[in-house]
Amino acid sequence: MFDKPPTMKHADNSKSTVGHSPPRKDGPDKVTGRARYLDDLAFPGQLWGRTVRSQVPHGRIRSIEFDPRFDWSGIVRVTAADIPGDNIVQLIEDDQPMLAHDMVKHREEPIALLACADRERLEEALLHVDVKIDPLPPVLDLLLSTHVFKSYRIEAGDIKPAFADSSLRVVEGIYRVGHQEQMYIEPNAICAVPREDFGVTIYGSMQCPFYIHRGLQRLLKINDSQIAVIQVVTGGGFGGKEDYPTVLAGHAALLARKAGKPVKMIYKREEDVAATTKRHPAVLRYRTAVKPDGEFVACEIDVVMDGGAYVTLSPVVASRGVLHASGAYRWPHARIDCRVVQTHTPPNGAFRGFGVPQTLFGCEAHVEKIALELGLDPLLVRRKNALVVGDVMPTGQRLTESVSALPVLEAVAARSGYAAKREAAMEAARLPAGSARARKRRGIGLSLALHGAGFTGSGEAHLKSRAGLELTASGARVLSASTDIGQGTITVFSQLAAEALGVPLSMIEVAVNDTSRVPDSGPTVASRTTMVVGGTIARAAEAMARVLQGYVAQTHAVPAGEVCCVGGIFAARGRSLAPFESIARRYLDERGPLVCIEQYELPPGVQWDDAAYRGSAYPCYAWAATAVELEVDLDTYEIKLLDLVTASEFGKAIHPVLAEGQIEGGTVQALGYALLEEHIYVDGRLLNTRMQNYIIPTALDVPPMTTLILENPYSRGPHGAKGLGELPMDGPAPAVAAAVLSAIGKLIPDLPISPERVMKALHAA
Amino acid sequence: MSDSVLIRLFVNGEEHALAAPPQRTLLEALRYDLQLTGSKQGCDKGDCGACTVLVRERSATGRGEPILACITLAQDAQDLAIITIEGLATPAGLDPIQQAFADCGALQCGFCQPGMMLSARALLDRCERPSLPQIQDALSGNLCRCTGYTKIYEAIQVAAGLREPSSRAPVSSEKALPSDQVAYAVKELLP
Repeated sequence: MFDKPPTMKHADNSKSTVGHSPPRKDGPDKVTGRARYLDDLAFPGQLWGRTVRSQVPHGRIRSIEFDPRFDWSGIVRVTAADIPGDNIVQLIEDDQPMLAHDMVKHREEPIALLACADRERLEEALLHVDVKIDPLPPVLDLLLSTHVFKSYRIEAGDIKPAFADSSLRVVEGIYRVGHQEQMYIEPNAICAVPREDFGVTIYGSMQCPFYIHRGLQRLLKINDSQIAVIQVVTGGGFGGKEDYPTVLAGHAALLARKAGKPVKMIYKREEDVAATTKRHPAVLRYRTAVKPDGEFVACEIDVVMDGGAYVTLSPVVASRGVLHASGAYRWPHARIDCRVVQTHTPPNGAFRGFGVPQTLFGCEAHVEKIALELGLDPLLVRRKNALVVGDVMPTGQRLTESVSALPVLEAVAARSGYAAKREAAMEAARLPAGSARARKRRGIGLSLALHGAGFTGSGEAHLKSRAGLELTASGARVLSASTDIGQGTITVFSQLAAEALGVPLSMIEVAVNDTSRVPDSGPTVASRTTMVVGGTIARAAEAMARVLQGYVAQTHAVPAGEVCCVGGIFAARGRSLAPFESIARRYLDERGPLVCIEQYELPPGVQWDDAAYRGSAYPCYAWAATAVELEVDLDTYEIKLLDLVTASEFGKAIHPVLAEGQIEGGTVQALGYALLEEHIYVDGRLLNTRMQNYIIPTALDVPPMTTLILENPYSRGPHGAKGLGELPMDGPAPAVAAAVLSAIGKLIPDLPISPERVMKALHAA
Repeated sequence: MSDSVLIRLFVNGEEHALAAPPQRTLLEALRYDLQLTGSKQGCDKGDCGACTVLVRERSATGRGEPILACITLAQDAQDLAIITIEGLATPAGLDPIQQAFADCGALQCGFCQPGMMLSARALLDRCERPSLPQIQDALSGNLCRCTGYTKIYEAIQVAAGLREPSSRAPVSSEKALPSDQVAYAVKELLP
């Protein structure tokens, strides 16, 4: 405990900030309301844009009619016929049209676009577009779909002898998870500004500016110099602003080009929830062979995910999902299958965790089932099988460093008081039937999770991300396309650059995220920003430091090897030579601009075979354990969370306060997934599209949380850092399921664990 | 189209007059007519709380109580004194709530924060030393999807002088041996 810790206001600028928590660079603008999000920006002459959607989950468009009796003056209309280039939303496959012109494959499919300066007239105009569609039977149940977008199989050893071995216990289970909505508080928002060169400049709320940069070139048939995409302050993303903004930017750009005026499109909340991507629903079957003492021998796992109407990111979501389906455990024999299928619902896509919250729930709930059927403490089962250095994963990857499954598990077990609380719960359950029962039952449960850092498989090798920095008269400016969507990218990048250059944090600025000015450091996804891009920026800063040290050596006649910069002052042999800024100015005057860009390279030995699906799926993994204590009301079936402890190991916390923010925020999103968040579809139509009927956790739903950070640096990460952003999303839901099992003796295999499901479980025979 | 009406608003100590359709909401008037864009629109249905502003009768003192600007007609706010996030800081500097939110890492994307901070300000104005349940209750109408609320509670307790920011000290990391999977340092954030 720290009695009187120094506050951030008094942070000492001359010292390293890595591992400390300097103030967020965007803090002052955000606390005063000065931060400008998309709708806070004014564009002269701007129109508002809206989307005409299918309303039918599957069918063929017969006609699109604009009511001839309506006054269309001042209203810009766009259909697929107005698209100059390829009518596609560019991502992995070219299967999704920007505007449907023939088939519609989900109820929210965009068909036409309208823009008008007056929002009220625009709303009225929407009612005067008549789209006639011949309906076709929709496929709405993922288990009934025969259209497979992508399938994977991972095999290790031979599972057959294990399942035939009568000395082993076979445990089977089926688990189900539904959609989850990202529910960033700022809805999707884009403004497209037409240019004299027939190109377009896009401003918007987004995670991946270069997705839009590339996608719109094909849509509008323009070249690289005719487009600039500028990310403005973004009100949350969580994956929901990874690929979808390309759709919105494409629509706004088509309207803006036709209108010759800027067009702003901001989704209404109901539209955002109904039409944009969500977490993939999944059905997960687990069949395992284990020794009576709980040692795992073989697993056979089959996962089916619902991709929705179009491919979007489904192949990579399923890939990350299948690679984590066997959890943080040793399995000598494994066969893991995953397929992602089409249904006539809006496409599902990226959401923090990216397939792992689904498979990790299946895996961890199944570990509870194994322990239950074997009569063992689930903590002991986890302890017995948790991965350690030297273990080999089902893909053949041997873990060589920075493996902390056991440390995070033990830290959480100790801090939560797991053993005593579990014993108390079992004692209460042993009370004979008919004895005076308590109205409320307490329980405690835990889970263990791992999360691969960076892109899956050969993704980073293909991306070849580039990032770096340029020298300025007052310090240096970071250049990357990695976005700050709240997680603190700007601050962490500045810390890494300042550290390598030996200057105070205040001397580092971060360039506006404009695709016409910054290198493509890849998308802001996959828990890759700090490890991959941050590491690249740190290397670029080291390169810049070497150039400047050489320059100082020359100008001050000292040996280059002895020049260093500390606290923004160049020195050699203990003697101060010159402030960084004055050297920077002299260098820029004499030698011109200094821009240092580096490209990310996978660490040596990290290889992945896409065809065989074997190798190192990720260069390293982050580890987390979660313990949840809760109380189940046996009369109302409500669940009240009492306490939550997490322990996370992600190499090194560059900024501990921001890291805690990721852990706590991700944990609460995961508690929503566990207990509250459920989408109701009828005939392909989403019924609950408001924050009032799709419930995310409020301040009243959050239990006391203890956040433990363990450090076990990864040799190839900047200062040892691995990825963190998605990790906290993985473990809390199965920990809640385990705690409910501990409280009421029933394993509820479906999410969310709503009072209705608790009631059904308690009243089942 | 509806005819415009004259609407007078008293915001952050300044009088404003604007012509707008009768159904103009207070949030729209603040954002689009007065260019006070700090108040945010997250749902336009009174669900998320990002549009929260403080209001009181013009003759009353203090800063007032939180209301949802997105479901309040601008016309109905003419008798009120309104404070938005732009009016929370004083010439002397940031409000203690703003300083504490920045110090404690209580903001991430920042979109809910203006409303959240005004709800917090109103709480501290009526209750100098709120309990945790009082804080949770006061914030229950302001949704945040980033922070998990924990650091927001901390910021309000810091602003109220009930505690210091909890996690300013560095993680004390011991150098891990290359293959040693238990060499780690534990850092704790106690609630």
